[in-house]
Amino acid sequence: MITTPPKHRAFSPWRIHAIASNALLELARLKVFYFLLLFALLIIGSSAFMMEFPFHEQFQVLKDLSLGAMSIFTWLLAVLATAMILPKDIEDRTLYTILAKPVPRVEYLLGKLLGVLWLLLLSTVLMSAMFALALATKEHLVVAQTMREMAHAPQEQLQAALRDVHEHAFTSSLVPGVLSIYLKAAIFASLTLLLSTFATSSIFTIIVSFVIYFIGHVQHIAREEWLGSAHPMAMKKVFLALVALLFPDLQLFNLVDDIVAGNAIQMALFVKTVGLGCAYTFVYAFVAYVIFAYKEL
Amino acid sequence: MKKVHLIALLIVLGFGAAKAPVEQRLTGEHRAAFFHGAKLSLDLRQQIGQMAFLAALSGFRSVVADLLFIQAHTAWEHVEWGRVALLLNQVTALEPRNVLYWDTAAWHMAWNASVAARYDKKEPREALRIKREREYFHVGADFAARGIQNNPDRYNLYERLGMIYRDKLGDHCKAADVFERGAHTVKAPDYEKRLAVYELAQCPGREREAYARFRELYESGEHERLPSVIKWLGILQEKLNIPASERLNLPPN
Repeated sequence: MITTPPKHRAFSPWRIHAIASNALLELARLKVFYFLLLFALLIIGSSAFMMEFPFHEQFQVLKDLSLGAMSIFTWLLAVLATAMILPKDIEDRTLYTILAKPVPRVEYLLGKLLGVLWLLLLSTVLMSAMFALALATKEHLVVAQTMREMAHAPQEQLQAALRDVHEHAFTSSLVPGVLSIYLKAAIFASLTLLLSTFATSSIFTIIVSFVIYFIGHVQHIAREEWLGSAHPMAMKKVFLALVALLFPDLQLFNLVDDIVAGNAIQMALFVKTVGLGCAYTFVYAFVAYVIFAYKEL
Repeated sequence: MKKVHLIALLIVLGFGAAKAPVEQRLTGEHRAAFFHGAKLSLDLRQQIGQMAFLAALSGFRSVVADLLFIQAHTAWEHVEWGRVALLLNQVTALEPRNVLYWDTAAWHMAWNASVAARYDKKEPREALRIKREREYFHVGADFAARGIQNNPDRYNLYERLGMIYRDKLGDHCKAADVFERGAHTVKAPDYEKRLAVYELAQCPGREREAYARFRELYESGEHERLPSVIKWLGILQEKLNIPASERLNLPPN
């Protein structure tokens, strides 16, 4: 009996899934998750160090340091993991083995990006879980202490004090903050992938990515000056326009500082911000594909 | 440059042209929702150092603010009030939406630093000690007022500023106005409006207004008939010579 080979599809999500799973496995084998130990140490250290502070300040510092560390770790992971993907596959010759099969370049690139995005998601979820656990533990300790200290206070006062403690612990408003951290890391993964499609070395990719990170945080100044000022000099205007057009505005994704300070973001505004983040990720990935499609390997 | 690189650059520039007005509008909406309010000036850069300033610019404002806040705490333990004020100034500049920092700064200055200045054993002249004490009251009030400018939607700092006017500067009229503004914020607890009326009763010339407000509170229900409200109603009825027929029949307090 003659069996016909399965029909080859021009675009297959399963092939992308296979490449993404493999990319995630490769990254996990590089022991990237060891940074979680550092994160745990940071949380425990800051909790212990702040014990003598009033509980409002303890919660404040714990949230700031944990979310700040999450922001740094996810960004570093996004840049470093993505920067090494293409050069490593070229060096190992894996790239040629994959592309010699009927795998379109777009699938290869999407699979690799998806692998990094999964890694970032996994890291963000694990760090968020550790952060929530640390907050819950601190909340439990503070509640016990408050109940001990206010054992003889009127019930109304005790309830008000406990409400105050709960309001300073984990609140649902922190979730958009954590999501914005992931979003920023996703933009950087996509941007770094774009850089690595034409870069000559990983070091170049990493350095340029770092520089863009810093420029991205002050991009809004250039944009506001470019769009807002009436009569700037022509040269200055061209320079400001180039900065505004070429670089992403990362300040828009820096929501976490103000969220920890007690600002709640409206859902509509958050959705718009997420939409912009997704647009960045998509466009950078698309441009990466355009360059990679014509790259001589 | 290869042709493909030129195409890639054009796509990025095209996307940039499309996104710039969107980003501009979104930034406006973020600011209206009280996001990204920190003003990172060159003065601040000189005060906190280049690395800290760079970190603050790069999205780690809150971490830098925490580290400075811990330094301020250490300075407080060493009773270095000038340094405490300077560091808290930097902290609040980095995190203007954090009520905790403004409140702590106002409290340290108006309560702790002022008392330390008043009982400063190194200064034998009492007049100078009192002068410095009052200066710290005003520094505390300034922190609270600047905090309100950055957080007009939160009641906490109105309360702190009102307390400084009431307990430290003895200005009941200003205290009443500030508590009143605080009472109109979204999450203000019920006692805020009572605080405003207590101060109004002690503001010369506004006793009648205070009496009307107390009556309003009293008549709003059982939950507002607190001993302090009843006491003030009694005092004001006497002070304003309210005719017996118009007086409230107050329970014994």
